[in-house]
Amino acid sequence: MNQAGLQIEQGPPISVPFRFFLVAPVFLLLAAAALLWRGPMVFEARLSPAAIAIAHLFALGFMAMIMIGAMMQMLPVLQGSPVPKPRATAAVTHAGVGLGTLALAAGFLFGERWLLKAGVLALAAGFLVFVAALLVCLGRAPSQNHTVRAMWMAVLSLLVAVVFGVMLAMLFGWGIAPPNSSVHSLHPGWSLLGWTGLLVVGVGFELVPMLQMTPHYPKPMTRYLSVAILALLVLWSAVLWIDDGRWGAFAVACAVAMAVAYMLFAVMTMVLQQRRRRRLPDVTLDFWRVGMGSLIGASLAWGVRVAWPGPWPESMDILIGVLAMFGFAGSVISGMLYKIMPFLAWFHLQSMCGPGTLAPNMKKILPDARQRLQFRSQVLALVLFCAAALWPGPFVYPAALALAATAVLLEMNMLIVVRAYRDNLKQMRA
Amino acid sequence: MASITHMENIMTGIGDYMIHHHKQCDEVFARAEDAVGAADWQRAQAEFEAFAHQMDRHFDMEENLLFPEFEKKTGHAGGPTQVMRMEHDQMRVVIHDMRSALEAKDAEQYLGLSETFLVLMQQHNFKEEGILYNMIDQVLGDQGEKLLAQLDSVV
Repeated sequence: MNQAGLQIEQGPPISVPFRFFLVAPVFLLLAAAALLWRGPMVFEARLSPAAIAIAHLFALGFMAMIMIGAMMQMLPVLQGSPVPKPRATAAVTHAGVGLGTLALAAGFLFGERWLLKAGVLALAAGFLVFVAALLVCLGRAPSQNHTVRAMWMAVLSLLVAVVFGVMLAMLFGWGIAPPNSSVHSLHPGWSLLGWTGLLVVGVGFELVPMLQMTPHYPKPMTRYLSVAILALLVLWSAVLWIDDGRWGAFAVACAVAMAVAYMLFAVMTMVLQQRRRRRLPDVTLDFWRVGMGSLIGASLAWGVRVAWPGPWPESMDILIGVLAMFGFAGSVISGMLYKIMPFLAWFHLQSMCGPGTLAPNMKKILPDARQRLQFRSQVLALVLFCAAALWPGPFVYPAALALAATAVLLEMNMLIVVRAYRDNLKQMRA
Repeated sequence: MASITHMENIMTGIGDYMIHHHKQCDEVFARAEDAVGAADWQRAQAEFEAFAHQMDRHFDMEENLLFPEFEKKTGHAGGPTQVMRMEHDQMRVVIHDMRSALEAKDAEQYLGLSETFLVLMQQHNFKEEGILYNMIDQVLGDQGEKLLAQLDSVV
């Protein structure tokens, strides 16, 4: 047994996760700016270049950025397995994903192929370094419990999503058609149903009971749900690939089963949270509830969308995307940030305090009222985005402005944490 | 967290016993926090003392019984148990300040501290339940019954 595992108690330096978190709201702001610039046309076609650019500013610049930062922090601490060369891995991943996302989005927005190509190369490099580091780290974890298993599945799904993404980029950047038409479905499929969804499910199984003191998820669910989703995702992909992107009955059945699996997770989470032992108001809890509600909405809509051939209006697909990315992933991510960032600031300060003295607590570092205000602005932005998906004309501009506002409030909250950390550090050293 | 320790084949019951006690600590923690949230100071005082007592008892069980036995067997005093001891010390400092906040009837301070304590305690428990208790069960398995009796007698 690897006893070295538990000796690495402190995790990476605080700059490792924080650099990912701090830059994420900037990408939200850029997404809002792109939406203001291009206006309602963005929401009229899901595969318009502007829509692709905005979706990637959100999915890569915001979602992936924070998920990567959180994983680089949590894996070493919770699993006793350090990320190899944390500073260098973080620097390369951060630069690759950050600059790559900017270039990719700019490439689509301005129709510049060279930017798009450069962006894809930077993204691929950044993600590969991250995936490689994480695989080493997971392989060394002293205990292969089901959180570690969930992370394996999420990281491998990310790798698959990146490969499909590169195939699509070959089409847009180099004019080389992907080997199979199914890639158009498989790239978003592995990004959302694989990487994002499996990570939230795996982490949620542990963190929801821990932070809200709810009962545990039922054992069969923690044992089999993630594996079942991954198996369905593989089957679905194989069938779509064989049929060259055409949705046969078996692909539909797999998709509906995945939608049901995610709905089960969301419903169970809400039921457990209803029975939570900790009854005090909590912004993270509220974010999770919005997230789970959105997950139910997105899964239901997608299940119906694929089970009945339609014709469905384009707005249905856009609404599903908004609910899955902004409503589900965006809410859960913001909610987790409000636990992770103040705690890390406290923890690092505390480890530098003399014996018997205490750093300012989490709520001193970031007051509840500020979290609450940002939460409300994010919910407002979500509601306006859903409305804009259905009625782009009147709602796109208000949605873009609300997104910009919530991005600014989120960044301000993050900077409050950083400032509290720096000020206290200075005082201690004085 | 029982869910992350499906290693029944090597379980001697020490890990299970300690995990069960983690849950009891969670429960008294939540009760004290509830009472402070409701500004019911009399109840808060009683619940807090129960919570502080259970935490002390837990630290005692580990620091005075399980960890020394584990270190004796593994000859590994600077290893994982040392990290757990440091984290216990961190928790003790927070509990100390929670008591001060309670005495001053400062709910805001108490709730900020209890939020911090919760995250600190849960990540600590996660490491113990996911890794250390499995090691302890493996290393101290042959003394399971004796140790369980001794754990029970820690007051």
